[in-house]
Amino acid sequence: MNAALSVADLVVSYQRRPVLWNVNVDIAAGRLVGIVGPNGAGKSTLIKAIMGLLPPVAGRILVFDEPIDQQRHLLGYVPQRGSVDWDFPTNALDVVLMGRYGKIPLFRRPTRQHRAFAEECLAKLGMFAYAKRQISQLSGGQQQRVFLARALAQEAEIYLMDEPFAGVDAATEQAIIVLLRELKEKGKTIIVVHHDLQSVQNYFDDVMLLNQRIVAYGPTTEVFTEQRIHETYGGRLNLLAAVGEELAR
Amino acid sequence: MNIFFDANVQYVLAGCMLFGLASGVLGCFAFLRRRALLGDAIAHAALPGVCLAYLVTQNKHPAVFIVGAAVTGLAGSFAVNGISRWSRIKEDAAIGIVLSVFFGFGIMLLTYIQHQPFGNQSGLDKFLFGQAASLVGKDVQVFAILTFILLVGVVFFYKEFKVIAFDRTFAEVIGIPIGWMDAALTLLIVLVVTTGLQAVGVVLMAAMLITPAAAARQWTQRLATMLLLAGLFGALAGAAGAIASTLAPRMPTGPWIVIAVTAFFAVSIAFAPQRGMLARWWRHRQQSMRVNLENILRTLYRLREEEGDAAFSLDQIRRFRHLSVRQMLHFLGMLKRQGLVEPQAQPDRWRLTALGVTRAAELVRRHRLWEVYLSRYLHLDSHHVHADAEEMEHIITPEIEAELEHLLAHPRRDPHDQPIPVGSGGPR
Repeated sequence: MNAALSVADLVVSYQRRPVLWNVNVDIAAGRLVGIVGPNGAGKSTLIKAIMGLLPPVAGRILVFDEPIDQQRHLLGYVPQRGSVDWDFPTNALDVVLMGRYGKIPLFRRPTRQHRAFAEECLAKLGMFAYAKRQISQLSGGQQQRVFLARALAQEAEIYLMDEPFAGVDAATEQAIIVLLRELKEKGKTIIVVHHDLQSVQNYFDDVMLLNQRIVAYGPTTEVFTEQRIHETYGGRLNLLAAVGEELAR
Repeated sequence: MNIFFDANVQYVLAGCMLFGLASGVLGCFAFLRRRALLGDAIAHAALPGVCLAYLVTQNKHPAVFIVGAAVTGLAGSFAVNGISRWSRIKEDAAIGIVLSVFFGFGIMLLTYIQHQPFGNQSGLDKFLFGQAASLVGKDVQVFAILTFILLVGVVFFYKEFKVIAFDRTFAEVIGIPIGWMDAALTLLIVLVVTTGLQAVGVVLMAAMLITPAAAARQWTQRLATMLLLAGLFGALAGAAGAIASTLAPRMPTGPWIVIAVTAFFAVSIAFAPQRGMLARWWRHRQQSMRVNLENILRTLYRLREEEGDAAFSLDQIRRFRHLSVRQMLHFLGMLKRQGLVEPQAQPDRWRLTALGVTRAAELVRRHRLWEVYLSRYLHLDSHHVHADAEEMEHIITPEIEAELEHLLAHPRRDPHDQPIPVGSGGPR
């Protein structure tokens, strides 16, 4: 087994209502993977579970063959842009610097080297000029790039990104694509929750079609077919949904 | 001013300022995490602890009260967290429940104590609204130690508190022990609340956690500066309360402190640069003035297109722009001072200067480019695009203009078949 990420028999539920049923997937190192599926399919839930943020009801998650607790430092995370309050009193560089916090011991302050590294990460996303800009004054695309720079500052092996392309301008989209390809060339594994079916073919090596369970997973050229997409998006699994609602009571 | 030479007054002043400093700094984190009301619950929950500590020990040393208050304060915060985590009741409701039941129990104990033979001298009712004048040397010693612990705690945990306040999920991903950090923050809030018991009392404590932070936020975009400012506002409010309490010792101090800190808040929210209400009103006014001026310039340009280089009357302009005569004259006067229009010999007739024509052409150009874009890409009917373009042209930057022009392949005419003026080729 040489998977970067191995998920076996994963079941996750919110308030006893199952959101993910029996997810089994091995993701090889160095792949650029897109996760697509309708709203409520459990895409964000899956990446949160992978990072150990949600305790699974059942199943096992291994990162480079080890349980997640010892492997946290290998995971980089780009949350949805809307998940934080951008009116927080801080600037772009400080947010990127937070990506280094995991590598600084408790009670220690970031050093000048950490700052320089954070600046480099910002520069990679074309945001060097905005380092001192208050984050609420950045455009949506720029905020997204700050989040990506922060993940870059984590120096992770596996990157998990939750809809990084949502609502960004063309320049940002381009910057993200370049970054993803660059990371892939360095052998990093990247898992991206994606909402735009049009661009899946162009962006991703592999695709995971998800709707509470994995409908299909594999190379995009093979898996991303009309029929499979229809199976993923077409209608709810009524029996599954009914049982879920029963359990939630 | 000789009250300040009195040792007791100095104690009162020092005690209140230390507490204000600590509560201001710590309140920032509670404020930014939207947990400000948790401090209120903890404060109210401290009252039964004070009473119980007195009943058990019959001792009035400040350390005794502080231990009692800390115990029930912590119990209150655990109760809030427990209820919101293990039931479907939301945190705001949990805070309401815990706050009132602990406070009610505290009042019962307080009444019981006051009906005891020894109760009349206990003076525990000062913990309701605070009575800073009763502070003495040993209180201030305890305060100083607590404030020191609090500030050291904030300095140590600064990085962790900051990332948790901004993005809790991310903090968890990078391995910050958020459970421990939450416990640490709660403990620090409990400590600051117990420090403030004698100064503001339990009822008004929330104001000292929230208001200095809210005021400080107005002035700065940096967290570190915000902490310093909130500490400063808190300390100054504490000083104001102490002085008021010294001059009128029978009055509770809490209300004075709250009024003082709210004064800082009021000034901040009204006058702070950028975030203040006045600054925002001014920006809005500037913007609407600019829009009006630009619209008048454009109207003059259009009239000029139709009728040649002539002077136009107020009424001709007003047919396109719904402004009163008075407003119109005001704006024309401003344009004149900018050298863009000039009044003619005939009364109320105005024409564009050469500079005015150049400026107006740029505006018309943006407007028409935008109209082309809307009709071409959004497939809007040419009758509808004018109003939308009207809004947009004022906020189009030179970069967007260049991109528009490139995208549209340098169109010559707008959807109404009017010519698009050629650009000057750069920002003005």
